Amino acid sequence: MLGEKVTVADKTAAPAPFEPKIVAFCCNWCSYAGADGAGTARKQYPANVKIIRVPCSCRVNPLFILRAFQRGADGVILCGCHPGDCHYMTGNYYTRRRLTLLMSMLNFMGVATERLRVEWVSASEGARFAEIMTSFVEQITALGANVKLRDLRCKK
Amino acid sequence: MFKIAKAKWPELWQALAREGQLYLPALVDGKTDFAPWQKDTKVDLLTAVTAKSLKQLFFAQVEPLMHFQTSGKKVAVTPQELPAQPTIAFGVRACDLAGFTILDKVFLKEPVDTFYRARRENCTLIGLACGFPEETCFCQTFNIDAASPAGDIQTWLVWDNLYWESRTGKGQQLTAKLAALLTEATAEDAKLVQAQQTKIRETLSKLPLGRLRFSPELAKHEQEVFNSKVWEKLSATCLSCCGCTYVCPTCHCYDVRDYAGKDGAVERFRCWDSCMNGDFTKMAHGNPRKGQLERFRQRYMHKLVYFPEDYEGTFACVGCGRCLRICPVNLNIVKVAKELEVDLHV
Amino acid sequence: MQKIAALMRQKAQELLSSGQVQQVAAWRKGQLAYDNAPAVFTSPEACADLVYDEFCPANLSKYLLAATKKKLKTAVFLKPCDTYGVNQLLKDNRVQREYVYAIGTPCQGMLDIKKIRAHGLKGITRITVSEGVVQVETVYGTQNLPQRDVLLDKCLQCKGNAYMIADTEIGEKLATPEPRGDAFAAVKRIEALPPEERFKFWQQELSKCIRCNACRDICPACSCEQCIFDNPAAPVAGKAFADPVEENMFHLIRAYHVAGRCVGCGECARVCPQGVKLGLLNLKFMKDINTFYGPYQAGSDATTPAPQVTFTQGDVEPSAAGQKGRS
Repeated sequence: MLGEKVTVADKTAAPAPFEPKIVAFCCNWCSYAGADGAGTARKQYPANVKIIRVPCSCRVNPLFILRAFQRGADGVILCGCHPGDCHYMTGNYYTRRRLTLLMSMLNFMGVATERLRVEWVSASEGARFAEIMTSFVEQITALGANVKLRDLRCKK
Repeated sequence: MFKIAKAKWPELWQALAREGQLYLPALVDGKTDFAPWQKDTKVDLLTAVTAKSLKQLFFAQVEPLMHFQTSGKKVAVTPQELPAQPTIAFGVRACDLAGFTILDKVFLKEPVDTFYRARRENCTLIGLACGFPEETCFCQTFNIDAASPAGDIQTWLVWDNLYWESRTGKGQQLTAKLAALLTEATAEDAKLVQAQQTKIRETLSKLPLGRLRFSPELAKHEQEVFNSKVWEKLSATCLSCCGCTYVCPTCHCYDVRDYAGKDGAVERFRCWDSCMNGDFTKMAHGNPRKGQLERFRQRYMHKLVYFPEDYEGTFACVGCGRCLRICPVNLNIVKVAKELEVDLHV
Repeated sequence: MQKIAALMRQKAQELLSSGQVQQVAAWRKGQLAYDNAPAVFTSPEACADLVYDEFCPANLSKYLLAATKKKLKTAVFLKPCDTYGVNQLLKDNRVQREYVYAIGTPCQGMLDIKKIRAHGLKGITRITVSEGVVQVETVYGTQNLPQRDVLLDKCLQCKGNAYMIADTEIGEKLATPEPRGDAFAAVKRIEALPPEERFKFWQQELSKCIRCNACRDICPACSCEQCIFDNPAAPVAGKAFADPVEENMFHLIRAYHVAGRCVGCGECARVCPQGVKLGLLNLKFMKDINTFYGPYQAGSDATTPAPQVTFTQGDVEPSAAGQKGRS
């Protein structure tokens, strides 16, 4: 009886809505504090965003981004200090060049670059942090699951 | 012996494909390699040396071995099913067929490699004589006869006819199924095949490596070969890429790795490995072969010394010449063997 | 070319017997008509085997890494295109100038044995080149081919006969092959495709890869002590074609890691046994660097900082690069 009920419920239930997984690399000195700011100001942003704190946006090796996609991220966002405001003076300028080339190459290889975003968010921009994350989650939800960059082995 | 005219070959491929997954040499992007046959495949029976050897038919480059599902301390193991699909490989050259006999020695000896055995047993091999050997060919060095390639069935391509002769029970079974396509060959035909065989052997002897011999003495002087000073000279420019090992029909080393996927799912797979890799046979203390020289030496010691020591003097080389063609810096087994022979006066 | 080879032998012997250098990197004669191998000569007598002809495509600059490690002063014969590689290694601080004795070696373009074979030639016993004609003798007959038709692809993008670094030069400079039109033409053709087509193109191209790593091992800009793809602790199935994403990642990162340092020697594409169009990825980065940060040629000297280790305050934003060419 119980089994039957479950089967019936399974058949009628709508498929679970797509919940994207977003990895956000956040610079310790600005965006990570920005996320804190969003919290203290009680600004909500979707729980799909998983933050990885890095000492500077230029700590992010392009391989980290590709690895995140490979292991199941549907979107990756990299947040650093506004150009000119780097805690280490110049780190984010290098990030900018690095990511410019990466974006261009992903585009060249036919991978939707909408899944990767770079934003400059300062520590005082808590509200903006929440807005950016909300809009990015919306964007990725609309794009659907990442297939092109994901390792398909062991996918359940 | 049977024969089948060129016009009927497409029908032959179709008939073979009905009996199992058919692999044959196909021209793709200007390169000939074994590929699964499809209706639009450009079959190339004239190129003697395919880019890669056919070993991956039995010994796949990547092969899942088993799957785990872990939850907490529980592990559920699902073994990988053995491949059961019948396959047919057409157009296999004598050197690649000889390569399988070398792999058999390794994989079919106890403990048997069940994946290899399953694939090997499910496959019918159709050999093809080499009408046009290339300058890199030296199969005659190992007494392999490119003019009678062996396999379950062996074939010859003379002008626009394919001559067909089954050699094993498996070959006869397949031949019987193709009765409608094959016609009985005449005594004339047999003469044509014989003439081609003579010509192939003649051509081979005229090639730059036609008279090459590897000294069996090498295997009898393990220590001297190992300590030879030529290794330094030879290995100085090796890049340590693993091109030669991956195209080689007899290289058979592999690594076993785990891939951890989502939610505790793990796939254990094996993949080709190469003694040229920095982490080849790496152990807790590190790598037993620290540098370029040791890795380079390992490959040739294995082929020219260790393998003959273990298997009644058989060199782990069939003279297909692929390493001569692939090496970015033109190093290869022939140069190594020659230098060693000079150094050891054998 | 034979005259040049004789001069090279003489030079190598001189340098070794005077003790000016401890070893010489050059090419050694093979057993076939075309299989000269890079070789390191350590004694004047050994130099008898030294050879130079149209089948010496390998860029020897990478062997300077080992020379620096062993602290051996090494004379190295460099074709004009190879000199860029040496500069790059010097700039990356992977090779010490004191161990290098660079010898500029004239070149008229190297021949591609694969292209010769593509003319249906097998059983090659001898190849001779004279006045723009390549005569190929085989056991099945003889055929003449126009030299330009069988030049290596990299020679059709020749950067000219000037040496970027040379302590001495062998003979007179020769006229190098006329480069074939726009170097970025192939990149532009792909950029013009719709994204799905581009994706399909690269999937197909990269799926040919067998992970032999030859492209990485020959590259004068790939000079890490240990490559990330060789690190057993990294969760990469570095050895095997295990998953298409893994392949994409290897090739993307390989090209990316040399972006701004790639000298465009074309060796990666030449050595690829599977004929993967690897050069395209490097060219794409070069084109982007030229567009975004101004014209730059890696290896033209040993001092100018690479575009990836410098910046300007007004650099283009990543979002703009991602949008470009999107349909």
